Amino acid sequence: MTDSDKVLNILQKIADAIHENEQFLTDLDAAIGDNDHGINMDKGFQKVATDIPSLSGKDIGSILKRVGMDLVSTVGGSAGPLYGTAFMKAGAVVADKNEIDQEDFVSIMEAGIGGVQLRGKAVKGEKTMLDAMIPAFEAMKASCTAGDDTPSMLKKGVEAAENGVEYTKTIIATKGRASYLGERSIGHQDPGATSFTVILRAISESY
Amino acid sequence: MVGIVLVSHSEKLVSGVLDFCRLMAKECPIATAGGTSDGGYGTDYDKIKEAVSSVMSPEGVLIIMDLGSSVMTAEMVLDEFDSDTVMMADCPMVEGAVAATVEAEGGSDLLTVKQAAEEVREVSKF
Ligand SMILES: Nc1ncnc2c1ncn2[C@@H]1O[C@H](COP(=O)(O)OP(=O)(O)O)[C@@H](O)[C@H]1O
Ligand SMILES: [Mg+2]
Repeated sequence: MTDSDKVLNILQKIADAIHENEQFLTDLDAAIGDNDHGINMDKGFQKVATDIPSLSGKDIGSILKRVGMDLVSTVGGSAGPLYGTAFMKAGAVVADKNEIDQEDFVSIMEAGIGGVQLRGKAVKGEKTMLDAMIPAFEAMKASCTAGDDTPSMLKKGVEAAENGVEYTKTIIATKGRASYLGERSIGHQDPGATSFTVILRAISESY
Repeated sequence: MVGIVLVSHSEKLVSGVLDFCRLMAKECPIATAGGTSDGGYGTDYDKIKEAVSSVMSPEGVLIIMDLGSSVMTAEMVLDEFDSDTVMMADCPMVEGAVAATVEAEGGSDLLTVKQAAEEVREVSKF
């Protein structure tokens, strides 16, 4: 079981991990975008980090919704509405809960992916964050169903996300800014898929 | 009169488009939301919301966006308002903004202004 305090703890870990990877994520975006993904993500999660103390004692649904609003209003790039909608949708599935289990986590992931798709209208294979998110979700769902414990479920999720990032190197971007590059986007990994993997790894390392 | 909101990653871009629209539409309420609150490139949810509110009237507001996160962030702002009062136009920004502001200036309703903006997609340049 994961309670609200633990969720706030994990959010701080995510903020730290994004901060550490800020330059890396921005460099990836320099290759196939506009050189700001790390800056955008760091702005967003630093705002989240600032808000953590005021979220103490709140239910997990409200915490996740607040994270979503923070990201929407501070990130600035596409990652803002995309991750923002993901966290808001995720919050809705655990509304009023003060504790969540492994299955809730899988539902949170599923709702988050639904949020990204609602906002960005992309599918798998378009060289976006979804190419890490969807395989990670599928691996974690299978792992959860098979009866694995939380740490091994998350490890499998991270592994699938990492493979997803590798896969983005092999495909052409058809959504987002990188789509203007067409063929020239091949060979580069997607910044959003990478930031998702950074986030999931931070979650995994908290267990 | 229908109000127009111009949304872009770039502050310079929308203020340029606004000036350009003013050559033909002197009265129509136009607001811009370009760049982030710290003056960088990007789209800012609160800026867009404020821009919409600033030109709001019972006749409604049309939002015209450029690309990428402008569209997604505008869509999120849209959820905050009544869907008959605030709409987005699916059109190229410069041409659409000129068409929409001229149409709005003529006193047309929101749907007609939106249609005028979207019709520019069908016009060939040569
Ligand atoms: N329509 C979309 N659906 C899903 N993800 C998207 C979409 N458009 C962009 N992305 C993701 O957003 C990332 C870029 O984020 P960011 O740099 O913050 O946005 P911007 O392109 O507006 O500068 C991409 O690497 C990609 O993963
Ligand atoms: Mg970018």
